[in-house]
Amino acid sequence: MVFGYAGKILRVDLTNRRFRVEDLNLELAKKYIGGRGLATKIFYDEVDPKVEPFSKENKVIIATGPLTGTSAPASGRYMVVTKSPLTGTIASSNSGGYFGAELKLAGYDMIILEGKSDRPVYILIDDDKVEIKDAGNLWGKLVSETTDFLKNIHGEKAKVLCIGPAGERLVKIAAVINDYDRAAGRSGVGAVIGSKNVKAIVVKGSNKVQFYDEERVKDVVSNKIKMLRENGITGQGLPTYGTAVLVNIINENGIFPVANFQKSYTEYADKISGETMAKDILVRKNPCYRCPIACGRWVRLKDGREVGGPEYETLWAFGADCNVYDIDAVAKANYLCNEYGLDTISTGATIAAAMELYEKGYIKDEDIKEDGLSLRFGDSDAIIGWTKKIGLREGFGDNMAEGSYRLCQKYGAVELSMTVKKQELPAYDPRGVQGHGLEYATSNRGGCHVRGYMISPEILGAPQKLDRFSLEGKAEWVKIFQDLTAVIDSLGLCLFTSFALSAKDYIELYNAVCGFDFNQETILEAGERIWNLERIFNLKAGIDPKEDKLPKRLLQEPIPEGPSKGHVHKLSDLLPKYYEVRGWDEKGYPKKETLIKLNIE
Amino acid sequence: MIKVKLFATLREGRQKEVVFDYFDGITGKYIIDMLDIKEDDVAIYLINGIDGKINDKLKDGDVVSIFPPVGGG
Repeated sequence: MVFGYAGKILRVDLTNRRFRVEDLNLELAKKYIGGRGLATKIFYDEVDPKVEPFSKENKVIIATGPLTGTSAPASGRYMVVTKSPLTGTIASSNSGGYFGAELKLAGYDMIILEGKSDRPVYILIDDDKVEIKDAGNLWGKLVSETTDFLKNIHGEKAKVLCIGPAGERLVKIAAVINDYDRAAGRSGVGAVIGSKNVKAIVVKGSNKVQFYDEERVKDVVSNKIKMLRENGITGQGLPTYGTAVLVNIINENGIFPVANFQKSYTEYADKISGETMAKDILVRKNPCYRCPIACGRWVRLKDGREVGGPEYETLWAFGADCNVYDIDAVAKANYLCNEYGLDTISTGATIAAAMELYEKGYIKDEDIKEDGLSLRFGDSDAIIGWTKKIGLREGFGDNMAEGSYRLCQKYGAVELSMTVKKQELPAYDPRGVQGHGLEYATSNRGGCHVRGYMISPEILGAPQKLDRFSLEGKAEWVKIFQDLTAVIDSLGLCLFTSFALSAKDYIELYNAVCGFDFNQETILEAGERIWNLERIFNLKAGIDPKEDKLPKRLLQEPIPEGPSKGHVHKLSDLLPKYYEVRGWDEKGYPKKETLIKLNIE
Repeated sequence: MIKVKLFATLREGRQKEVVFDYFDGITGKYIIDMLDIKEDDVAIYLINGIDGKINDKLKDGDVVSIFPPVGGG
């Protein structure tokens, strides 16, 4: 009997249109937990880190964790692991909704996609019945059209993961979308699936996850749900306003990047805030599988359609970063990202970079004449129009579909790309949050806020308030946050539970479900093992540790105005300490003794 | 003059912005009492965008931002 895990892996050979079901190696699963960790380990063992991301030798692993699809709160998460066409690093993009839980209930811990189909296909999974079906009629369709069509054929209960036109066209910032509006958003994972000619995966599951100790699970789960309900952030803030509640907080601290990080405060933030969203366009909440937090939003567009609403990062990327303070336009751009299958952060931030390239005279009027759109900061029509053109690789949108780094490089102005390892930075100016900046610089998937969310202690005061400008202790904090996040991502729980829960709570859930005996030390060691394995993959992929850096603007140009005025990021003061606490040498390579301690071969 | 900005649930039944006349010794504690905000509901308290304490004395012209427990990402 296997507890927690489904115990099976579905391996799909797209080249030969075959599949086989393999037993999960439980010992390996325990060592790497599941989800992000175990998928990374299997990916690392099977794929050459130097692989070309769009070649048939690259694989895509869609992985659940041991807690995915259980009664644990917020346990609908799954991870897409592959080599990223945007960053050249390991990609692991996480999503909620219902698809992940359904995959687990169909009896699989993960799907491994390998090879390449010679024509568009979709994969149908109905418990142990698996079919690779023709998807010629779906190629070119939007996400909602694809999802509606497949649900019509296979039933309302079927859960659909798919790519949109962006993934088909190998847009390097294309997302994987499931359940219409939840995204495994970052690092271009949608394009890798597109390169394999896979349009969708449809899953129906009727199994139940087995628990080691049913009674204990019941008690632990109800205790954790209670903790989530009683916590101010997960019980009040997020349920009432969604992630958008951050707009005003981050702006009031003067770390809300404006116009491609040229400024970090705006007097107009409230126009695109969670408070305004709740008042003007919110219809209802749009929760994921078994989630007591329910931060997802359902909003009304100006034309009357009701759709999934924008998250904080999206309100920023299309809003302040493009100097647009029109919540209807941002909600529309967000909707288009879901339909075309695009990462909202990278899409908005790439448009913002293009706007600065235009403002500074690199992009000329004649370059975009045919497109009938402006690249002026503050233009609501532009964010909507360019999003479509990026999704279709149409006109000048074809250049933007490469992401901001390659776009700026084309004009000899990489310093205007606000990226780390070629991935666009999210919605916090690290010049005013030192620990968070270190997290950006060292994230294994490039510019990213959810690999060790230092905003939590440095701004929100959870679990305790740290001085955001101080460097003291930040390297240690970043390491622990990164390791714990790797654990949560691997278990298959939502990261937002960590506003209320700590390592001890995750251990209680994991042990009760699987019958393991993890303690604080061994669980964090598993997280550290995962972190180091991702690092080793990146090093072998040819990512130089010198890429642990931030854009020049953030290191050299002080924030010009607002509450964080005068600050720059002090990465060079933080990085040596970080390498030291990680057990890496001064150049950023893991030391042999660290790998031995972590039992990484 | 002290400008006080309220956010999220603290806006329920209150204005978004409230202005207080400055007097020597005015603190955040005085302000939240006047606004009938419980101390427990103050999770983030900024004076001119920098973390402050509600018992810190304010200066004329200060801007105070008050948030209940909120988070996201």
